[in-house]
This record gives sequence, C-alpha cells and structure tokens, in this order.
Amino acid sequence: MFSPSMHFCQRCLRLLRRGMISIITIKHPTNYVAALQQPLDYHKTSMRRMCSSFTPHLNLHSGQRSSKISIGRLGVGALRGLCESVTQHGQVKQHDCEEPEAKMLIPHKQGQAPSRKVPLTTLVDLEDIPRLSALEEISDEEAVQIVVPHALPPTSFSLGDYVDKSDTLTKLVQLGVELWKLEQQRNVGSMLVRLDFQSDVAPRLLFLKDLGLQDGQLGSIITTNPFILTERLDKLKARVSYLKSKKFSTNSIASMVSKAPYLLNFNVKRLDNRLGFYQDTLGLNPEKTRDIITRLPRLLCGSLEPVKENLKVYELEFGFRTGEIQHMVTEVPKMLTANKTKLSKIFDYIHNTMGIPHSLIAKFPQVLNAQFLRIKERHLFLKYLGRAQYDPAEPNYVSLDRLVALPDDVFCTSVALATVDDFECFQKTL
Amino acid sequence: MSSPARLYRKLEGLFSVFKPSGIHWKLVRDTIEANLLKEINAAPSPAPKLEVNFQALPSGESGTTKELIMAATQLPVLSASPQVRGPRYRTLKVGVGHRLDAFSSGVLVLGVGQANRALAEFYSSPVTRDYTLEGEFGMATDDFSYTGRIIERTTFDHITLEKLEKILAMIQGGHQKALITYSGVDLQSQEAYELAVHGMLQPHSKSPPILTGLRCIHFQPPHFTLEAQCVNETQRYLRKLIHEVGLELRSSAVCRGVRRIRDGPFGLQEALTRQHWTASDIRRGIKVHRSMLKAFSKVSDSTRAEKAQSKQRYQKTGTADDSTANITATTPKHLHSATEEAAENVSP
Repeated sequence: MFSPSMHFCQRCLRLLRRGMISIITIKHPTNYVAALQQPLDYHKTSMRRMCSSFTPHLNLHSGQRSSKISIGRLGVGALRGLCESVTQHGQVKQHDCEEPEAKMLIPHKQGQAPSRKVPLTTLVDLEDIPRLSALEEISDEEAVQIVVPHALPPTSFSLGDYVDKSDTLTKLVQLGVELWKLEQQRNVGSMLVRLDFQSDVAPRLLFLKDLGLQDGQLGSIITTNPFILTERLDKLKARVSYLKSKKFSTNSIASMVSKAPYLLNFNVKRLDNRLGFYQDTLGLNPEKTRDIITRLPRLLCGSLEPVKENLKVYELEFGFRTGEIQHMVTEVPKMLTANKTKLSKIFDYIHNTMGIPHSLIAKFPQVLNAQFLRIKERHLFLKYLGRAQYDPAEPNYVSLDRLVALPDDVFCTSVALATVDDFECFQKTL
Repeated sequence: MSSPARLYRKLEGLFSVFKPSGIHWKLVRDTIEANLLKEINAAPSPAPKLEVNFQALPSGESGTTKELIMAATQLPVLSASPQVRGPRYRTLKVGVGHRLDAFSSGVLVLGVGQANRALAEFYSSPVTRDYTLEGEFGMATDDFSYTGRIIERTTFDHITLEKLEKILAMIQGGHQKALITYSGVDLQSQEAYELAVHGMLQPHSKSPPILTGLRCIHFQPPHFTLEAQCVNETQRYLRKLIHEVGLELRSSAVCRGVRRIRDGPFGLQEALTRQHWTASDIRRGIKVHRSMLKAFSKVSDSTRAEKAQSKQRYQKTGTADDSTANITATTPKHLHSATEEAAENVSP
C-alpha cells in the first residue's frame, strides 16, 4: 500500500496538475466561496448539486441569464458527463475532455487520500475547489435560487418546445397567433424565436393599433403574415402614408390590412403600379376604383396576369360590353380573380342552356360567382315544375339573384312553391 | 357535444351519399372528410394541462428575518394549448366502396375509421348494383355519352318498344349464359340446378360485367330508359351497352345519364344529398345502416361457408313505368331478404 512518503512519478504529477488547472481556469461564482474550504472529495459529488449549479445559456434575447458555468463545484469524475451535456447544448467550452486520464487517475489517488497528507494539499493549494455534499444544509434562499435547467433542444420541428420559455412566443400566443400554422412554413419558426418582444414585436403591434385595428384582429394578421414583424417600421409608415395620399380613408386602410395582411409588405412602387393598372384598365372614376380595392384588397397583393386574362375572357369569349363589365366588377369585384374554367362552365350553362341574355347576366353578376351545381339543380327543378321563367317582361318572373342567393328552404317555399323534401327527391333523379 | 374523440367514435361507420353528376368521386370523399374534420375539431377539447409553478413572494418585514413565502400557482402549459399544437385531428380515414366515374351519379357508399374494414369486405362481396340508364336514339359518339364527339347520326323512326324489348331479352339471355359460365359450377350437376332455380348463381370476382337483369322502364323515342342489375360492372360498360342497343336496333344510341339507384343493401332513400354532408346527418345515416351492416357481415360469412343453403329472393317491381313526371325515384325492392334472413337467423 501506499505510504505517506510516497512520491508520484513525474508523469502522474503533470497529469494531476493539468487536471486541476483545467478545472480552475473556469470561473466559479463567488457565493460558493463559503464551500471552498472543504476537503476534496470527488466520490461524494452529487449529480444533483452539479446540475443545479449549471445554468444554461439560452439563445433567447429575452433571458438575462449570464453564461456562468460554475464547474468549480463539480467533481472531475462527473465532469465527463457534464462535457457531454454541455456540448449537447451547442456550447463550445474552452476546456475539452482531456480529463479522462485525470479522471482515471485521481479517484485512485483519492481513494488513498486520507492516508496521505502532504501530496494532496500541495497539489490543491492552487485554489481551493469547493466540494459538495448531498447532506450539506443550505439556506432556504439558496434553495429557492436553485434552478433546474430545462434541456432546450437546439433544433426542433415544433415551437411548442420553446413557447413556455420564450417571452416573445408566450405573448404571441396570448395575442391569438396560431403557432402551429406558422411552424409549418420554412424559417418562420426560427424567425419568431429570435425576435425580441420589446424591440421588434411591440412597436409593430402599436403601429397596427394606430392604423385602427382591434386587438382581436392582431393575432389573425400575424398568423397570416408573420413577416410584418420583420418589415422595417419606416417603410411600413411610408406605405401607409402613400395610401393616405391616394385618398384611402383610415378605416378603409385598416379593413384592407385586416383582409389582406400582406398588403403592407409590398413596396410603394408595386402598390402604385397596381393601383395605376386598375385605374387605367377598368376605366372607372377614382372613387369607384378605391371602393373596389377596399372591398377586395388582395387585388393589390396578387399577380395582374389572371386579372388581365379574366378581363379578356369577359370581353372576347363571353361578349360583354365595356359598360357591362364595369358594372359587373363594381358589383362583384371577385369576378376579376375568379377561375376561368369555372366561369366558362357557368356562363355556358346560363347563356346557352338556360337562355339568359347578356344584359340580364350583367344586371345580376353574382350568378357568375355561384356554384355551378346549385344553378343547375335549381334550374332543372324549376323547369320540371314549369316555373323556369327568367324574362322580366313575362309573368312569374324568377330573378337570377333569387335563383342563386336564397337558401334552400326559402327558395323551395317562395320561388319553387314546393317542399324541401320534394327538392331532395328531385336531386336524386338527376 | 362531447370531446372530439367521442364524436369521432360516433362517426365510425358506413353510410351512403348521392354523388351528383359531373364531380369526381374523390372530390366527394375529400369534401366529406373536410366537413367531418371541421366538426370534430370544433368540439370542446378537454381542459388544458396545468403546471405547478412556485413563486417566491417578498416577505413582509424586509431585512431582519428572511422568511420566504412561496406561492404555488397552477398555470396552463402553453405548449399543450391548441394554438401551439394545432387541431387534434388532421386527417380522417374515409374510404369509398364501389366507385362512380365523373359522368355518373347515384349511390356512393363511404366508410369512416374502423368501418373501412367492413367496407373492404362489402367491396369484395358478391352484391349486385342497380342502375338507371337514360339513352337517346339518333346519334353515336366516341365515348358513348352525349358530351362526346359525334361519329354518326341515324334515323330511329322504325324503332318500337317491341323491338327494343326483344333486343333486351336477347342481351339478357347472353348474360345469363355468361353467369352460368363464370359462376364456376358444372352445368350437368344437381347443385347447379338448385342454385339456378333459387337464383343463387354468383360470378366470381374476376368475371367480366354481367347483367343479372335488364328491362326498359320508359320508352318515348328518341328518349328511352333502361334499368339494369349488374355485377362486376363499370359505368363505361353500361354506356357502351346503350350504344350496342342502338346498334342492334339498326340505329344508334347515346347515353344521357347513368344513375346508380342501389348498391347492395344501400338504396336511394337513405343516400345523403349535398346539403346533408355534415357530421350530424352522417351520424344518422350510419345508425340506419348499422343494423344492416351487422346482418350483412354475418350473411357474407355464411354465404361464403355454405352457398347453397341460404335463401335469396330476388324481386322485380311490376310493369314498365312510362311517365317521366315521377318525382320519387323508382326504387325497386332490392335484395332486402339477404339481410333480413340473416337477422331472422341471428335472433331465433
């Protein structure tokens, strides 16, 4: 066995020293000074105490946690485990795990520590390393300050892993933002986690409130367009002032933003381009154009090609005159962005099968917006009953808007003069 | 209502819808899945998960005695809230039985969740289907329907109901022979005679389309309507049938509509129209069919085991109905006894 007068070989000594030094170079907080005077006892190091003193550095800006890593308290035997857990959190430490040799050596030596007195004290005299004991009593305040770290994953598919810890995400959830929709889009989740509520999100929310939007609308706007939180405030204000210069009222701007949240992400040049296009092609006076845009603001957001094609379709394929097209578009702005094939199918049925002239269709443009099956079934039902009369000059005239817009029960009782069951039985014969 | 899971359990079953013409069957299935999902997710979800948090409150007298007052509070865990997790159900297993092509309309059987197993059994079982085929003399097209490209036009003045019925009888005779051939029984045996007498001959699944019944229910040239009971069919085959009927009559005919009025035990009366593709109506439809379904699965087991034993009556309705002005769809009394007999057998 070892005698008190045993000397270590040079190599062991060097290793031992290196191990001690690498522990010591890491800062440890001052409030553990009281525990420093205890003798080294690595075997009794408790993992729990080690963990409790380890406060992870979070990448969230909201946290004011420092990057103190109080490894000074830790036993070297446990250091290896800590190294692994630390690198797991994506934090590169100055020391790397060169402890294995030390780890293997020291416990052996420490096993004989009580029998030797001289070598150990000379070795550890560099700085006293605080040792922990599970049976050590600490004050209540200290106990309360022990924070069990949550192992936040560095990458995740879901924002649910970060929402409880992130101030920004918590506040967004309280606003009513649907995080599950946003995390499905690429990069949006990471973007939201990196935002700081006070400096990024709050100013934009206040800006939206200044526009006139209600608190309840803010959540849905951010859900549809999360990139409004990264748009520069001065640009947002410039676009709003541009719209105001085009004589859009504050209320209409607010309703436009709530209906089309991406509106303010487009630059002034693009908005101007689109407004100009609608002004020129539709040929309406500015007030009516503003009215159309206010009711369907996504006209300013989407591409202009489908609109151009639809206008061509109305003019050339269907044969509507310019005045009729203007009237239809003011009544039902959605016609500008409707699906071409559906439009053709409905128009073909209404004009050729039902025999309704252009003038009457122009008077009731909502038929072109309706479901094809609805028009077909109701027309055939009326035809079967002998009530399919769409000419205003004749008696028992059925107007197209009543044909299309009324709910089923009202249609059956007032227009067809039959019961809903009859209509359903008839549907099953088609 | 109760929680989403309870509502989903109630919706697991077989039901039938009326598929309108001009729509792909998959669109019907997707619409119904979307409607059911919307209603299931709208049901009130269970209470949010709470987490115990300890907060240190400042003590009353500061300085002298440092007493810590800890307050235990229960706060909801945000990561479990629906805003973060999303809806509880994102997809539903809605399956379709015997499909209908886009041109046809009629009864389409669907199953939700666990009922898809029964649906698969139903799909492979030897049930017959009833169709109403509307035809028009005078033209022939490339895809046998009136929306196709016209290939020829002919006269049809010479066609009478007598001639038509003769042709139909001839066709049906041919199909009867095919039925015997494809049922896999030896024509010279007593067993074959017993089966044929009771109308129990069933073709195996790999056979071509076989019409077990064919008659004319409306004749007003150029329009006419046939009713066909068939097995292993496709709707295109039925349109081709109309075309062939026209050819046999030395004219040409085109199909104006294919409407399925019965699929096994699922008839037209219980089929849900478009307005009723909602969770409550589907639940009602499932209840109606549940007893039928139980009896049916027992029958299909027994028929597979012992074919010649069970009695199957096949009823036809009376004479041909000439009037078009008939709002209520003509639903002949279908194979009801298959299920009713099984019900009788089950409850002794």
